[in-house]
Amino acid sequence: MHLILFVVFAGFCLAGAINLLLQSHPINSAVSLIVVMTSLAVLYLLLGAEFLAAAQIIVYAGAVMVLFTFVVMLLNAGREERTLGGRAALPIGFPAVVAILAVLATVILRAQGLGVAHLGQGLTNAPDKSNLVVLSQVLFHELLLPFEVTSVLILIAILGAVALARRDGDERTAAK
Amino acid sequence: MSFLQNDVPLSWYLLLSAALFALGIVGFLIKRNLITVFMSIELMLNAVNLSFVTFACQWNAVKGQIFVFFVMMVAAAEAAVGLAIIIAVFRARATLAADRIDLMKL
Repeated sequence: MHLILFVVFAGFCLAGAINLLLQSHPINSAVSLIVVMTSLAVLYLLLGAEFLAAAQIIVYAGAVMVLFTFVVMLLNAGREERTLGGRAALPIGFPAVVAILAVLATVILRAQGLGVAHLGQGLTNAPDKSNLVVLSQVLFHELLLPFEVTSVLILIAILGAVALARRDGDERTAAK
Repeated sequence: MSFLQNDVPLSWYLLLSAALFALGIVGFLIKRNLITVFMSIELMLNAVNLSFVTFACQWNAVKGQIFVFFVMMVAAAEAAVGLAIIIAVFRARATLAADRIDLMKL
């Protein structure tokens, strides 16, 4: 069961990511990215991270991608012209990507002591507690300050987004 | 054999994460639309998140999952600011093609 689910949703992930590269219209790329993120949520579930699976769907596949599709529609972005990267991309970029992938794959495949994921196992150091309980105990005791600081970051991001996206003309009329 | 017991080795998850990251880099290099370039960055962030969750499963460390939670929050803030910048660029230059936004090019 675990193997089948992993193969199916890893396939969805890779197919969505490849489709993101092949599509020329941004809205098609956005839909492919939603497929990738939703499949990743299933993979988080397989790895025993229930809370992150829900957050992935709500935050990434929901909020962030809605923002992307809104901007694509707002700017009326059409098809892109293909130039296949800049001048440096072809001779340097693609060999570098292949080298990075080869190095990563070699390190991963040669790593000793990597375990296996059991379905429904999750984190075994607290077997009778749900993932959410364990996570919130650490998040709200030990890491409370970083959590609160992130709320300030989000507030600043909202203000920055509003300030950046506002027209200059509105500013002048507001000043009057 | 672990295949017969239907367990998936964690290295497969890491390989998937590496493949998604490489596809994100390729998208960053070949896409010419600012929004799609930004989507490739999101894809790379997601790939790294997957490896964080995998290592959290490997070491039974819940802090790996919490780190993913923080990455998600920062990515949401980053998406809001980045898309606002893209809208401002579109207003100033009336284009989304990365080749035509060359004001700072030598």
